[in-house]
Amino acid sequence: MSDITMRVWRGDAEGGDFETYTIERNEGEVVLDVIHRIQATEAPDLACRWNCKAGKCGSCAVEVNGKPRLMCMTRMDTLPEGPVTVTPMKTFPIIRDLVTDVSFNYAQAEKVPALLPPPMPADGYRIYQEDVERAQEFRKCIECFMCQDVCHVIRDHEDNKQHYAGPRFFIRYAELEMHPLDTNDRRDLVREDMGLGYCNITKCCTEVCPEHIKITDNAIIPLKERVVDAHYDPVAWLGRKIRRKTKTSAAEAAVQPAP
Amino acid sequence: MTSVSETKVQLGGTRGGPDVATLRQDRWWIQPVVTVSILTAFIIYSTWAAFQNKNYYVGVQMHRDLISPFYSPCLASDCVAGSKAGFALSGWTLSPALLILIFPLGFRLTCYYYRRSYYRAFWWSPPACAVADAHSSYSGETRFPLIMQNIHRYFFYAGLVFNALLTYDAIRAFHQPGIGFGVTVGTIVLTVNAGLLWAYSLSCHACRHLCGGQVKSFKAHPIRYRFWKILTPLNAKHMNFAWSSLIFVAFTDVYVRLVASGAWTDFRLF
Repeated sequence: MSDITMRVWRGDAEGGDFETYTIERNEGEVVLDVIHRIQATEAPDLACRWNCKAGKCGSCAVEVNGKPRLMCMTRMDTLPEGPVTVTPMKTFPIIRDLVTDVSFNYAQAEKVPALLPPPMPADGYRIYQEDVERAQEFRKCIECFMCQDVCHVIRDHEDNKQHYAGPRFFIRYAELEMHPLDTNDRRDLVREDMGLGYCNITKCCTEVCPEHIKITDNAIIPLKERVVDAHYDPVAWLGRKIRRKTKTSAAEAAVQPAP
Repeated sequence: MTSVSETKVQLGGTRGGPDVATLRQDRWWIQPVVTVSILTAFIIYSTWAAFQNKNYYVGVQMHRDLISPFYSPCLASDCVAGSKAGFALSGWTLSPALLILIFPLGFRLTCYYYRRSYYRAFWWSPPACAVADAHSSYSGETRFPLIMQNIHRYFFYAGLVFNALLTYDAIRAFHQPGIGFGVTVGTIVLTVNAGLLWAYSLSCHACRHLCGGQVKSFKAHPIRYRFWKILTPLNAKHMNFAWSSLIFVAFTDVYVRLVASGAWTDFRLF
């Protein structure tokens, strides 16, 4: 079989450049297999993260030919002819070669106010299938952070990282907001501190999601509509007043004892 | 105890990869080019058509009752005989299209799908996924004027009124003055136009939210859950309905305009 040319980013915080490797093409290989063969034959010090090789751990997320991809799920024969470029995820600081520091995401995860159910009824909590199904899609997230990587709000504007949670965490907020037992209200939080308004719905997060979660349609836009309910819709406001319906804000929930 | 963490996000840090706008090798620019082409063509045509103030109605002389969607309801006092709505705004001498086009235009301008398209194609923010944003700073939809995108649902409500009016126009077109009930190419065009506009409106994200998506528990709201279940697959095709209804509404205006001017004949099928 013919050879393939791989242009792999090598370097760390001090700087780096592309290193070119020419390697034999094997049938059925994915990008991760080729990277492993380069490690085994030409560059034993090439750093890359990987774990499951089955598209379920999210560790091997990089950018292949400029697009965020899981190396273990990207077949070589699906890539166009010519050199294949492999670079680390652009949005996060580099550690070495293809490995990035994704701790931004863990800092955002810490900020999510937890589920706040009402006091336990005598016969216990009960959730019905139709309510479980809606949030089930969001539970498929493998935290590869490719949606965070491709989101231009932080990819192209580093300063937005301070006040923007990103698509992965909007999924989490949406899941909690749609939870039938949750009494916490995160709408002010996502609007004011998590930067929901920064998302301009370009749907890149949905395009790159390896689990095919409809991030924009099923999580971000429903969250935006919930914020509209709370802040931009006088009819909804009047409806809440008439029905005397109030929700606990995230700040109020913070001082309530857990059930 | 639930708490909102004060964890600070560490900014900065050297990023990996070359400092270039994109490493994508595919033809990512095709989609923005197509979007710009179609939307620009539509804007130019609809602006021209709105200012024409003629050939928007095919009436009794041709034994037809066809009105262009750009001019319905015709609210100006000088509307062509037969095209007038129930009431008129006295003193309005400009094109009647200028009175009404703001509503469908606002609905499309604030639509989640069109926002995605024009932010990418016209504003390059970003032009395509993993292609660098063309602007050095970015505040999204957090400030005026883009914060006004949040009034989308009001344009949705207005859009429903227009859909009802255009549906009425389509039904009325089947009664041809001096002939009676009949089906012509024009009646089919008006009916398909109304159908596509309904599909576009009902597949809207705001509609899906208002009909059922906003509830916490589907079990507690079975009827709204049913609506939501019906609208969800429709919502998945919102992009298709957005483009097809946009193109067809312009075609409907072209058709009525050409028939009214005598360039085309509205063939009677039965």
